[in-house]
Amino acid sequence: MVGWEVGRMDTTRSSPVGTDGAEPDLQQHFDATIARDQRIEPRDWMPEGYRKTLIRQIAQHAHSEIIGMQPEGEWITRAPSLFVDGAAICNQVPLCRSSYGPYARAMVRICKEESFHQRQGYELLMTMMRGTQKQREMVQDAVNRWWWPSLMMFGPPDDASPNSAQSMAWKIKRHSNDELRRRFVDMTVPQAEKLGVTLPDPELRWNEELGHHDFGTPDWDELMRVIKGDGPCNDQRMERRRTAHEEGSWVREAATAHAAKQAARERKGAVA
Amino acid sequence: MSDDHVYMTLAEGHEDDTRWAYGTGFEDPLHGVDTTVPEGVDAAALADLCVTLADDALVSAQRLAEWTTRAPELEEEVALANIGLDLLGQARLLYSRAGQADGTGRDEDAYAYFRDAGAFRNVRLAELPNGDFAFSVVRLLVFASWRLAHFERLTAHGDPVLAAIAAKGVKELTYHRQYAAEWAVRLGDGTEESHRRMRKAQEQVAPYLGELFTAYDVRDEVVAVLRQVTEAAGLPMPVYRPLPGSGRTGEHTEHLAPLLAELQGVARAHPGATW
Repeated sequence: MVGWEVGRMDTTRSSPVGTDGAEPDLQQHFDATIARDQRIEPRDWMPEGYRKTLIRQIAQHAHSEIIGMQPEGEWITRAPSLFVDGAAICNQVPLCRSSYGPYARAMVRICKEESFHQRQGYELLMTMMRGTQKQREMVQDAVNRWWWPSLMMFGPPDDASPNSAQSMAWKIKRHSNDELRRRFVDMTVPQAEKLGVTLPDPELRWNEELGHHDFGTPDWDELMRVIKGDGPCNDQRMERRRTAHEEGSWVREAATAHAAKQAARERKGAVA
Repeated sequence: MSDDHVYMTLAEGHEDDTRWAYGTGFEDPLHGVDTTVPEGVDAAALADLCVTLADDALVSAQRLAEWTTRAPELEEEVALANIGLDLLGQARLLYSRAGQADGTGRDEDAYAYFRDAGAFRNVRLAELPNGDFAFSVVRLLVFASWRLAHFERLTAHGDPVLAAIAAKGVKELTYHRQYAAEWAVRLGDGTEESHRRMRKAQEQVAPYLGELFTAYDVRDEVVAVLRQVTEAAGLPMPVYRPLPGSGRTGEHTEHLAPLLAELQGVARAHPGATW
């Protein structure tokens, strides 16, 4: 899942382009680079707000991957066929992708993986829908539970997403939350039809005039509760992560101590 | 693709490239391979051997997977998951081969999900709970060294399918052994605490070594590897204390049944389901 920035809901607003007291030629060069659709590289000058927004977004993305491993990981030891087992674990491999290298290039690979996950998920659902009646009921039940949270994952509506416009001007974001959400609905409706599941939204219908689907409004209060740390598994997930970190501290200390000893031995060897 | 949103690319087909991500395009692990058991090879013995080797791998893979979201560093999380995945791949190939050799035509899932603990033939070392990272490192070092020594011999097996599975496994196990050896040295040499934990892990593993060497005649090779690693790590050689019984005859510790319950629970709750 590609995360959106929770941070923009509750932290300082980014300063708009050109107002954080930079040298005018640096700012001009930055603006021109953005205008030409070219990339900003790590050593380039960039406005402080741009840097902060990126750090927030990339950190949020990494956090959602790390925490997303926990529900995924529960299935690795329980997958009902060895083939599914092998495939489920590759959802874990993206761990190694957090925080390295400039985001846009990283995203090429990330998106390739995500699109594999999507296809894999679809094929798994298709297989289950061809299985027993009980399996079909389980798929429909999962759709009922996950449809609205899925729509929420695109973030708050555009009129409640104060920094979205700035992020789009900087081309950090290329589409608004509402645009992406609508695109997701348009894409998912035919897939649900092909699968034979019902999406739990009575307002969902094709709008001939707009060439898009109309759909109901997610419970934004619920989304706000979740992103403020009040999600159903929030404490449990954080606790697991902290425990893993704490229980691994002696390992990390040992690795550091060994590396230091090794370096000292090598220095000694070089002198002798 | 462009830097446009991911959902734009999801509709793209990958039909021409079914193996571009792990786990895809491998419905039948031995698809296209001549699976006739050659003359002169005892098919029943071959099937037993394959199931045994597969059980070792499957049970180990299950334990390694348990480290996911619990490892001391993300690097280790990825490494342990990948090692488990290698072993899972070995198990799939070996179960498939067993199903052909024993004439039952059972698929890999029949062996993995629909046999009880008493029918599993894995060594008990593989089923012990993960313990701390030191225990998992010592166990992996011993297991990978032992399995590698045996797989090297199996590359000359009279059954070409098993020989090919072994040849693939040798490359993987060489890395597993290397990974475990590097951590054994780091932890043995690192801090007082890590050294103490390694000593304890060695003691915990020691009773299960005898079973390994009864199973296959690879003792000298494995001991030579362990000696080299423990010396580099500043650790003593583990004291060999034999324990009665053997997983090879279905005598397991109390830890196997819960491991299998987790592995098999979903599959058994839905008999006749397709996944």
